[in-house]
Amino acid sequence: MFKYLMKRFVISILTLFVLITVVWILVRLVPGDPFIGEKVTPQIKLNMIRYYGFDQPLYRQYLIYLRNLLKGDLGYSLKYRNVTVNKILADSFPYSASLGIRSLLFALVGGILLGTTAAFNRGRFLDYFCIIIAIIGVSVPDFILGYLLQFVFGIRLKWLPVAQWQGIKYTILPVIGLGTYTLAMISRLMRTNMLEVLQQDYIKTAKSKGLSTLKIILKHQLRNAIIPVITVLGPTTAAILTGTFVIESIFSIPGMGKYYVTAVQNLDYSLILGMTIFYGFFLVVANAIVDLLYGIIDPRIRIY
Amino acid sequence: MIVERLLEINDLHFSFLTYGGEVKAVRGISFQVKQGEKVALVGESGSGKSVTAQCILKLNPEPPGFLKKGSILFDGQNITEMNEKGMRKIRGHDIGMIFQDPLTSLNPTMKVGEQITEGLLSHHGFSRKNARKRAYEMLKMVGIADYEKRFKQYPYQFSGGMKQRVMIAIALIHSPRLLIADEPTTSLDVTIEAQILDLMDNLQQNLKTAIILITHDLGVVARLCERVLVIYGGKIVEAGDIDNIYYQAKHPYTWGLLKSIPRLDHQKSKKLGSIEGTPPDLFEPPAGCPFAARCQYAMRVCYQEEPAFFPITAGHQVACWLLHPDAPESAKSTNLGVF
Amino acid sequence: MSREVISERSFEHIGITLEKTQEIRRPNLTYWQDAWRRLKQNRVALLGLIIIIIYILLAIFGPLIVSYQYQDINPARMNQFISKEHWFGTDRLGRDLWVRNWMGARISLSIGFIATIINAFIGAVLGSISGYYGGKLDLILMRIIDVLYGIPYIIVAILVMVVLGAGIKSLIIALVIIGWIGSTRFARGQVLQLKEQDFVASAKVLGSSDFKIIFKHILPNMIGLLVTNLTMAVPRLIFAEAFLSYIGIGIKPPECSWGSLAKAGAEVFRVYPYQMFIPAFFVSTTMLALNLLGDGLRDALDPKFRGLLK
Repeated sequence: MFKYLMKRFVISILTLFVLITVVWILVRLVPGDPFIGEKVTPQIKLNMIRYYGFDQPLYRQYLIYLRNLLKGDLGYSLKYRNVTVNKILADSFPYSASLGIRSLLFALVGGILLGTTAAFNRGRFLDYFCIIIAIIGVSVPDFILGYLLQFVFGIRLKWLPVAQWQGIKYTILPVIGLGTYTLAMISRLMRTNMLEVLQQDYIKTAKSKGLSTLKIILKHQLRNAIIPVITVLGPTTAAILTGTFVIESIFSIPGMGKYYVTAVQNLDYSLILGMTIFYGFFLVVANAIVDLLYGIIDPRIRIY
Repeated sequence: MIVERLLEINDLHFSFLTYGGEVKAVRGISFQVKQGEKVALVGESGSGKSVTAQCILKLNPEPPGFLKKGSILFDGQNITEMNEKGMRKIRGHDIGMIFQDPLTSLNPTMKVGEQITEGLLSHHGFSRKNARKRAYEMLKMVGIADYEKRFKQYPYQFSGGMKQRVMIAIALIHSPRLLIADEPTTSLDVTIEAQILDLMDNLQQNLKTAIILITHDLGVVARLCERVLVIYGGKIVEAGDIDNIYYQAKHPYTWGLLKSIPRLDHQKSKKLGSIEGTPPDLFEPPAGCPFAARCQYAMRVCYQEEPAFFPITAGHQVACWLLHPDAPESAKSTNLGVF
Repeated sequence: MSREVISERSFEHIGITLEKTQEIRRPNLTYWQDAWRRLKQNRVALLGLIIIIIYILLAIFGPLIVSYQYQDINPARMNQFISKEHWFGTDRLGRDLWVRNWMGARISLSIGFIATIINAFIGAVLGSISGYYGGKLDLILMRIIDVLYGIPYIIVAILVMVVLGAGIKSLIIALVIIGWIGSTRFARGQVLQLKEQDFVASAKVLGSSDFKIIFKHILPNMIGLLVTNLTMAVPRLIFAEAFLSYIGIGIKPPECSWGSLAKAGAEVFRVYPYQMFIPAFFVSTTMLALNLLGDGLRDALDPKFRGLLK
């Protein structure tokens, strides 16, 4: 178990390092000058150049960036004057985190429920109903679903607000828009797993012991069926994160995704770099937690 | 009251409904098991022996499976009419079961100890402490050393033979009156197989449990059982005690099975026998004897009409037209070149 | 039982009639015949296949059957609703949306398919070499993949697009950069399983070269799962393309894809919702059809399901 954890830890650190380096190089390769077309006084420009070490050789610039990074300093945005990347992250992260966590919960609970329901009603109406929802869910891109929800429930029916993030009512549409794809994925996986586990010999063993159906489902079936769901939690978190890019702009939520897309369109180097590293860090940590969870729930993993 | 007949199966028909049609897996099987008796169900894969055994505990998935006809009496109670709640009292408590593959029969994500005790805890009012004590006893009985440590381990930390020992402990923890062992040694090494069979034999003598052993290997049967039922195509084709089957077998299928046992005393030049062909299509079972198409002695009648049981001696019955008085003598006399 | 019946019984010797029993067994089919037979039985998957074929045909011939060009601007006919002249209406520059929709389909579909094929090729080559030879090479490749796997792929794609600039070529490169990892992992896993099989061992014993073993024995045996995997990968890549185009860094105007059309429609969708919903409908149904087909193919090609009762 310890060896396994160490291995995971080393891989995570390496992943982060590679991510930082690759992104740094890529951002340097981007054609165009972020200062062009902006009203930048020569003084500010000079300060900027000195701060980032743009006048020094590339490897020095890289080292300066790494050093600042270690201090937790992600630099200044090139577009939003005098605003640090840290400040932008601190302002926008709570919105994204709130949206992301709600969506993840929605997807997890909904997906597991839907998949389980389908499995228990195999071949019956409820099963087909769940399958149809699941297959539509993985087929409709989130930006389309977002607009569709906004159009139907916000504009036409006027049941729910179409934008902003001010209370529980505001969260419903974005959460559905963001979580549905993942929900559908999890429910398909869950359904297959439940059916597969049901055919395992150990379920027969459990039954032959005289356990009640409820006990068999809870202690034997669900637990084994959920394990593969945990493995997709890592990529799932990533999917939800990228989904925030579009969902936040559709529903005008001032989260990180919205800033990120703007930063990409504006070629705001330091903001792209800082946010990418933040995203990367976030995902690496999420993946590590998922692996840990996996090790706890599935004892077979611990032999590594 | 002592019920002499522990289990009584009468004219059992069990089918599975699939997209391809109805698979008639069991087509009229009847037999009895007495208290403490050791009975073997022998047949190829697909002969219906496992389905029959699982019918006793209602473990066949329903749907697609369904009971077409027949009754199963356990201790005088009709199991086929019993609801799930009633079945739960019988499962584990009165009847224990061991499955073919110990590697997959234990839940990989649950500690072994928990798997042994959960039956006790769930409907026998055992306290956790007592359940553990009982589990230790069982582990000791099935020959697992340092059972206190093993109790807390996961199945992947056990070898195949050890897992099967755990399975036996699970099946016997309530001292059931009947143990159904579905190919308990098929997936094990030969040396481990011998150990497990000896273990089952010892436990059986101590606990006076009746055993139904399901196997395709007549060699295994010889070590453990008193009575043998040979099943083919969802029907019993020959039933008798162990000596009847080994030395006075009358059904051509039983001869085939006997020829396929490797024996040390055979001369090297003697080829190990096999039965050509595959078991009958259970979607549309043949009208006559299910074995006819693979039987070198088959007669016209074998293809047309099902043979009835011909009693040979008190306990020995054979469903084969060769035993009909009108059958040609030549076919009958070719039989006993086996041993 | 009456005596009469018994007297009719014939005890004439017949013996083994195995040939007869084997005749009625189902005919021997090759792998692909069998797969096709089972796919045909799966109506939902077949529907998916038909939808894909129709869309491909429309993408090829759709723009040819009307007299407009996809870049033709017509200020006199801006934002027109669906009509006899403009089957899908016009956009804010008066361009015909029927033509633009099917031009977009050409780009979305071809990017999805081309990127998938490249991914599959890279995956099959790297995966089989790595899985087959194992050892240090495998270890290094797997460590690289372990490290890369943790990187959020869509961010890499965004950056690649930013670096290379919008366009079809950049899109394909970006989609290959994010896609090869999955296909390599998949192929390697398959090879690892297959190389333990007896037929590979016997080929080795018979002295086949490694090259021959990989191409004659291993690849043909994983092709079914590979095809399934590809079918499932296409919608993911179409989605990724749509996403990149949607956030405005995918396809360069005046060229268009379903993603960029949806984006353009989104800007005016409160007033002219059809401009958004038409491309959205086609993206979604394409993905739906590919998913249905993929599910069906998996059932039809997966050896696990072969010969089993359903």
